[in-house]
Order: sequence, then C-alpha cells, then structure tokens
Amino acid sequence: MGAIIETNDLRAYYITNAYGVERTVKAVDGITLRIQEGEVYGIAGESGCGKSTLLRILLGAYQPPLTVVGGDVKYHLEGEVLDAAEMTEEQQRDLKWRTISYIPQGSMHVLNPVRRIRDTFHDFISAHRDVSKAESFQLTADYLRDLGLPEKVMASYPHQLSGGMRQRVTIALATILWPKLIFADEPTTALDVVVQRGVIQMLKDVQQKEGSTLVLITHDIGVHANLADRIGILYAGKLVEESDTKTILESPRHPYTRYLIESLPSLDSREERMAIPGRPPALDRPPSGCRFHERCPLAKEICKTVEPQLIQIEPGHFTACHVVEEELSHVAV
Amino acid sequence: MSQSEPLLQIENLTKVFHIRQGFASQDFHAVDNASIIIDSDKPEIFAVVGESGSGKTTLAKMVLGMETSSQGILRYKNRVINDISRKEMKTWFYREVQPVFQDPFAAFSPLKRIDSYLYETAQNYKMVADKKEAPRYINEVLSEVGLTLAEIAGRYPNELSGGQAQRVAIARALITKPSLIVADEPVSMLDASLRMSIVNMFRKLKEDNNVSVIYITHDLATAYYTGDRIAVMLRGWIVEMGPTERVLGNPLHPYTQNLKSSIPSIKSDESWDEKIDLAVIETDEYTRTGCKFAGRCPAVMDICHDNIPPSVRHEGRTVKCFLYDESVDPAKKTALAPAAG
Repeated sequence: MGAIIETNDLRAYYITNAYGVERTVKAVDGITLRIQEGEVYGIAGESGCGKSTLLRILLGAYQPPLTVVGGDVKYHLEGEVLDAAEMTEEQQRDLKWRTISYIPQGSMHVLNPVRRIRDTFHDFISAHRDVSKAESFQLTADYLRDLGLPEKVMASYPHQLSGGMRQRVTIALATILWPKLIFADEPTTALDVVVQRGVIQMLKDVQQKEGSTLVLITHDIGVHANLADRIGILYAGKLVEESDTKTILESPRHPYTRYLIESLPSLDSREERMAIPGRPPALDRPPSGCRFHERCPLAKEICKTVEPQLIQIEPGHFTACHVVEEELSHVAV
Repeated sequence: MSQSEPLLQIENLTKVFHIRQGFASQDFHAVDNASIIIDSDKPEIFAVVGESGSGKTTLAKMVLGMETSSQGILRYKNRVINDISRKEMKTWFYREVQPVFQDPFAAFSPLKRIDSYLYETAQNYKMVADKKEAPRYINEVLSEVGLTLAEIAGRYPNELSGGQAQRVAIARALITKPSLIVADEPVSMLDASLRMSIVNMFRKLKEDNNVSVIYITHDLATAYYTGDRIAVMLRGWIVEMGPTERVLGNPLHPYTQNLKSSIPSIKSDESWDEKIDLAVIETDEYTRTGCKFAGRCPAVMDICHDNIPPSVRHEGRTVKCFLYDESVDPAKKTALAPAAG
C-alpha cells in the first residue's frame, strides 16, 4: 500500500499587512508527512500549535492571509498524482465529498435547521449524483441502518436530535458517498464520554467498511489511543514526534509528548499530576532553536540556538530532540 | 445531618420548565428531586457529572440564584436563596457564593481591560478601604492563581491564552473571599495540559483558603482527580452520589458503570468490545414514566419501565436503582458485574 497523501517540507504562513505593519504567523513550518492508504493517522497537540491550519492546507481549503510559502501537498488518487495547489476548481469540486471528505467540528452549525435530515441528505447526494428523491432517501435509509442509526432520525429536524446523534448524522452525511480520504477535525470534542464512545465506534465502522483513510485531528490523546494507527505530535507548527500509537503512548521520547501523556488524569490514581509549565509560544515570533526549549526541563545550550531535525530513532519512530539524539549517539559509541 | 449548620442545603429540589407546543403543554423536569448537603466546617470539592442535558447547569443556576426553584428546599447558610432580597444578593450573597463559567472569553467583554473586572469587583464589594489599596490586594489574589498583576495589567482578554483568562476569571471570583465557588465546566474549553493547572488550583484553594467548590463537568477523569464527593446526574435525576473513590472506583448504578467504561483508555490493550446504545432524541428520556435509563440499561427489569426507582443507601453511597432495592425479587435482577478497569 502506498501513500494517499503526502507533504514535503510544507510551510504555510498567515501573512497580514495592516497599516504598513507586516506580521507573519508561521503556523505550519516545515512539515513532512506520508499518510498511507487505509490507515488512521492522528494529529495531536495543544490549541494554537497549527493543527487546524495543517488540516486546511491538506484539504486545499484556504484563502489569504493563509499562504503556502514552501513545499507541496500531493494526493495519490486512482493511480494519479495530484498537486493540491495546481488543481482546477472543477477538479476540486469533483474530488470533494466524493473522494475527499471532511467531518467538521460542531455539528450544531452544519445541518440546516429548517430542513429534515432526509432532505439535507437528498440535497447533498443530488449535488454529486444524478438521483431522484426516492433513490436518495433509500440510499440514506440503507446507510443509516448500516451504521446503526435509528430510522427515526430521517424525519427529524436537527434540533430534535441529541448532540451525539447530530454528530453521528454529520459523520454519516460526510461519508455517504464513500470517500477514500476522510479528514475529521475534533470530531468528539465537547461531547460527553458515552456519546464520544458512540462517535468513536462509528468512525471506526465507517473507516473499516471501505478501508478508507482517516486523518484525525484532536487534542484528546484518549481518542487517538482508541482510533489511530499512527500519531504525529505537533508543537508550534512543527512535527516533533511520529510513531505508531502504541509506541507513542508507551515509550514517547520527545519531552513534549511525555508531558502530554503524563499530564492526563485517569481513574487509576488520584496522585497529584503536574501541568505542562508555560504555554505554547506565539507563532509570529517563534523561539529560536528548538521551539520547545523554553518549557523543556531537559533543555541544554544547543537547544536554544540549533533547531533539531526529525530523525528516526527506531524503525518508524521519528523525533526531533537534541537530548534524545545525544543519548542515541552515546549508545552507538 | 451534621451538627453544624450546613453551608449549602439542597433537599428534594426540583425545577420544572413548561414547554408549550401549539395547544399542548408539557412539563419538563430539568432537575428532579435533587438532595445535596455541603457542610460548612469541612470544605470540599463536590463534583457533579453527567451528559449534556442532564440538568447540571440548571442545578448550578439555582444555587447561584439565577434561576428560581419550582419545589424543594434550597438554603445557603440557612437562608432560603429564592427569598434573599435583591439588595442582599448584592451585598451579601454574591460575596459568599461566586461563579466561574465555561468560556472565559464569553465572560469578559472584549472591549474592556481584563484587570478592570478585578478592580470593579474589589470596589463593589468593598474589599479594599480605599483605591490605593486595590492593586496590592488584587496582586495578592492573583498570586493565588499563579499570576501577577504586572502580567495582566492593561491587557484585553484576547491578549491572554485560554488558561490565563480562566485563571483571571477564577481570581475575580476569589476577590470577595467566597466560601463557595460554583464552577460550571471550567476546564472543558481548555487543553488537557491546561486542565490540570486549573484543577490543581481548585485543590489548593480548598486546602489553603477553605473554599468549597461545586465542580460541574462531563469529564470523569478530572472529577475523580479533584472531587471529594460526586453526584452523577441523568436527565435531571441524581442517580448515584457518594465519596468519589467509592462511586467511580466501584460504580453501582448501570449508568455510572456505562460512563466509567466509556472513558477512552490510553492503554492500547484496553479497547471496547460491546457496542453501546445512545439516546436518540433527548426529550424522550425526560418524559419516560419509569426509570429514565430503562431504554439504554443492560440490566433493565419489567418494573423499571413503569416505576420510578427509589434512592437507596448501598455500600456507602446513595443509588437510585431497583437493582439495589431490597423489596424487589432478587430472582428478577440481572447480575451486573462491576465495570472493568
């Protein structure tokens, strides 16, 4: 299986110019990703570290001030390689929802409040395929039944559904045309645990049924643990660690990842847990060297000046940290 | 009841909303027969957890005097909250009881400097004798939440991070030296890492400043981490209530078990086997005649569909479920293994 989407040293900045003052926010700064066909790839990190910006670029849905200043995004679809930046509007329209789909956060604002769910589905399907109302109703009913949603929702209005049901209807809507590549932005945030579990189950079902690729963006490591095959940790616009889920959770190497995982409260113990000191840096003037050095307990002199490169420390496990690099070189000697 | 007068006394508290649809009118019990007592001599963090729409926020609003109760007893330091005059609400009640809300950016006006809220609160409640005293006092309060006045002076809310803004919101609540803080989902807008810093702060406030906190959340993990006692709410009912370690350590009510087993585990070898049912339409569960969980309960009995279960004492907590009611024939009860984990 090959990659379905890849980025090469992708740099995307918000460039604004107000009253002659130029400001550049480096939200995505040199990210290289290869997402394999059929996998669930999780992107994690605190708010303000560039998760959503990265998603926008991957989707090809961005406008100024967000500008891609370097690198590219390539889709590998149906044997063709498509450059996201060079697609015509027609190509984009053709791909979107049918091949590449997106599950937005906050389902409350996605569904049309004055139309019944089945009509929303019909509007959506008929925009992409030549179907009659009866056909699209049938398609919707079959699909909802497959996913274990009760038939009752077809005739409901969005406000009659509970938050979790609405989120699941949104997922069904985004995936009814069997896209190959699905992006989900914080699909379970703001849902309570029982509902969250239902939504996670459904995402798994959808992904496994057709072997689609799912790119999952959330700050909730617990959700990643239950869904993702591989996880990439973003910090201040950079990828700082990437590996399979088990490795990230059980033996994270980057100090930031370790903080992220150790700060999670759990029902196993009530011992005091430390929060990560400080806060993510402002990206218009990112710190020199390693962007984490100001908050890092292991920071050395070199971290303040030299930017660490993403290196492979074991097969499939990448991290960008001088301290880890140094430890490894000692082992090698 | 304890010997001393309770700080907060809630007994059989009910809030009914009337919903009119055309000519039909329906009663909607947002909070139904809730009873909670918080003692004044021993500060505690009392966690209230439940799904969205379980009545947590309505309960908080009633405690804060922002919503009147329909039935039952609601007293703060032996005063009926609904009967406190508007003047006394301002001069006494809000000095004692302070809220912290979910979204700090919604709580502060974007057009006002954030420190002005601290100055205003200090002056309105006469916490400082004269204006010159204010900065010193405010700085003292801010240090409780790990900030200094210099850090936030003159800044607007948008210049602060979510965690900082929430700390200022908590500092604002602390200015009046309250005895009770009602925090409604104070961390759900924040990242996991910032959550811990806020939650650690509540623990510290309880220990150092003798402040009791009603901590409302849907996040069981932080509730377990901070809460001394916990109440689990479902569709307006308190279905299980007791010491946090008992209730979440070994949940008895099928709903609490369901909640606990639904927390995504970060241990990769623990995943869910069985599927769960979700409520389809919210109001369906509110208007059920029997137990509101009957539609989703794995241990449901015939009796549950038509009768309201009693709240019974069992293993050091109260639980509202027929499974623990001794008058129900044990043969009919489905064995329900405690949730794993």
